[in-house]
Amino acid sequence: MDQLEKEVHPKILQALLDAKTDYTFDDALENEMILNMGPQHPATHGVLRLLLRLDGEKIVACVPDLGYLHRGYEKMAENMTYYEYIPHTDRLDYISPMANNVAWVLAVEKLAGIEAPKRAQYIRMMIAELARIASHLVAIGSFAMDVGALTIFLWTLREREKILDIWDILCGARFTNSFTRIGGVANDAQPEALEKAKWFVDQFEPNLEECEKLVNANRIFVQRVDGIGAISKEDAINLGFSGPNLRACGVNFDLRVNAPYLCYNEVDFNVVTYSEGDCLARYFLRLDECRESAKIVKQVLEKMPQGEVLANQPKKVLPHKDEVYTKMEELIHDFMIVNFGINPPEGEIYHAIEGSKGELGFYLVSKGGGRPWKCKIRSPSFNNIQVLPKLVVGQMISDVVAIIGSIDPIMGEADK
Amino acid sequence: MNLKELVPQKLKEKFPDITFHISDYKDELTIKFDKKNVVDVCKYLKEDDDLQFYYCSDVTAVDWAKRKNRFTVVYNIFSLKNNFRLRLKSDVDEGNCAIDSVSSVWGSANWHERETYDMYGIKFNNHPDLRRMYMPEEFEYHPLRKDFPLMGIPGSLPLPKK
Repeated sequence: MDQLEKEVHPKILQALLDAKTDYTFDDALENEMILNMGPQHPATHGVLRLLLRLDGEKIVACVPDLGYLHRGYEKMAENMTYYEYIPHTDRLDYISPMANNVAWVLAVEKLAGIEAPKRAQYIRMMIAELARIASHLVAIGSFAMDVGALTIFLWTLREREKILDIWDILCGARFTNSFTRIGGVANDAQPEALEKAKWFVDQFEPNLEECEKLVNANRIFVQRVDGIGAISKEDAINLGFSGPNLRACGVNFDLRVNAPYLCYNEVDFNVVTYSEGDCLARYFLRLDECRESAKIVKQVLEKMPQGEVLANQPKKVLPHKDEVYTKMEELIHDFMIVNFGINPPEGEIYHAIEGSKGELGFYLVSKGGGRPWKCKIRSPSFNNIQVLPKLVVGQMISDVVAIIGSIDPIMGEADK
Repeated sequence: MNLKELVPQKLKEKFPDITFHISDYKDELTIKFDKKNVVDVCKYLKEDDDLQFYYCSDVTAVDWAKRKNRFTVVYNIFSLKNNFRLRLKSDVDEGNCAIDSVSSVWGSANWHERETYDMYGIKFNNHPDLRRMYMPEEFEYHPLRKDFPLMGIPGSLPLPKK
């Protein structure tokens, strides 16, 4: 204990010791132990640090410690223009950067009163859904890998690689894309990219089935995660679960349906829910959501209209690059927007999208200047980790990695 | 009845002696009131059968730098039953930089309030576990305040001793 007091900050130690528990220790053995898990631990998906109080192998209390990847993105947002911030959103949830780009530009467009053309909105829907598939594939693969099924990880990453290839054609980058622009997207989707997306969704479902066959009937996998980390509907809402994790508890809540943005009311898809709320339900839900997303991409590709991909609002939307070099007006607007920003009117808005991890929202306050006065990132992973102590208490230590894998936190987003 | 009319009307009926400032911008309803009533109002909004604001998305603050009441604490809550988002606001003065915690109403407010405390230095009374969220406990400043420089303060995060 003396050793611990030196190494762990007194406030953190006190929080661990004060944590309320219903457990009584009947054993004559003195068997309490404080275990530090992370931040450098392969199963914590980044730099999540957990302090666990153990009774034998059973977890009595858990205190997550965040901040190892805190880069101050909210502070940085206050010191740069709305355009400059787009590449930084890539680094929030770095598994689905495209979806973050979409979330940011939608929030800024709401604040500044811009509406993107229809084709741009359809392209955004396509990339957001492909990003969801890519993110869920990583989540499924790494979750299975955490509980010991290594092969599925390689197979799901093979599928994800195809999505990265589509992004490569679309914008030239595979990982940190920065593809969207305020008022549209950076460039029109090339026919090759659309063809590749169509090919991808056609071959995706049989391949996903192949992946899930590896573990769905595997008794070791199922018994390892079935009934582990269960949470009730009421607790999940109260503690702020969102996205797939919330739907796995039986809450039919999806921002694509409940607060439609882009053109989601024009496509047909189901909101999948499971009622168990345990690790296995969260795993199955992600598989089903992948299928639904593939369905959406199919419809988007069929319905995608022709036309312009940037809104025609010269004071607020950057012109095409080729016009900047040849036309005087466009050169002036380009100069003004790059140097002084787009100056949205005074006001505050909150806009959220259904990101791959849950409700990804931006709360923006403008005072009329070119830079946001305040930017708050409502990140889903931050909230999902908040529920973690509730999930792990009472479980075995080996279940912790399964539970972390199943709620799929991304620390870039949780730590901002 | 439209929720945008129902929520202010119900609040005025339930709390006749509190003044509510109601604004509607870009289709988002914002209600501002005094900070001493924050727990009562939040509890009522959550427990009323017609409203049922069970989900607290976010708690944050805004630093206005030069205003008389320097900070505004912002609550972003959602009613799953009515599919309606509501923003609550309350001013906090720099001299008495504290507000009552709503983590007894919504469990998810716990970490959001810790984050707000870490970033702005606003204390939340009756909070079960008010520690810093991201910065180390020894850190003396609150980074999202407008008087904190972007580059940081040299020496505020000491290197490990040899």
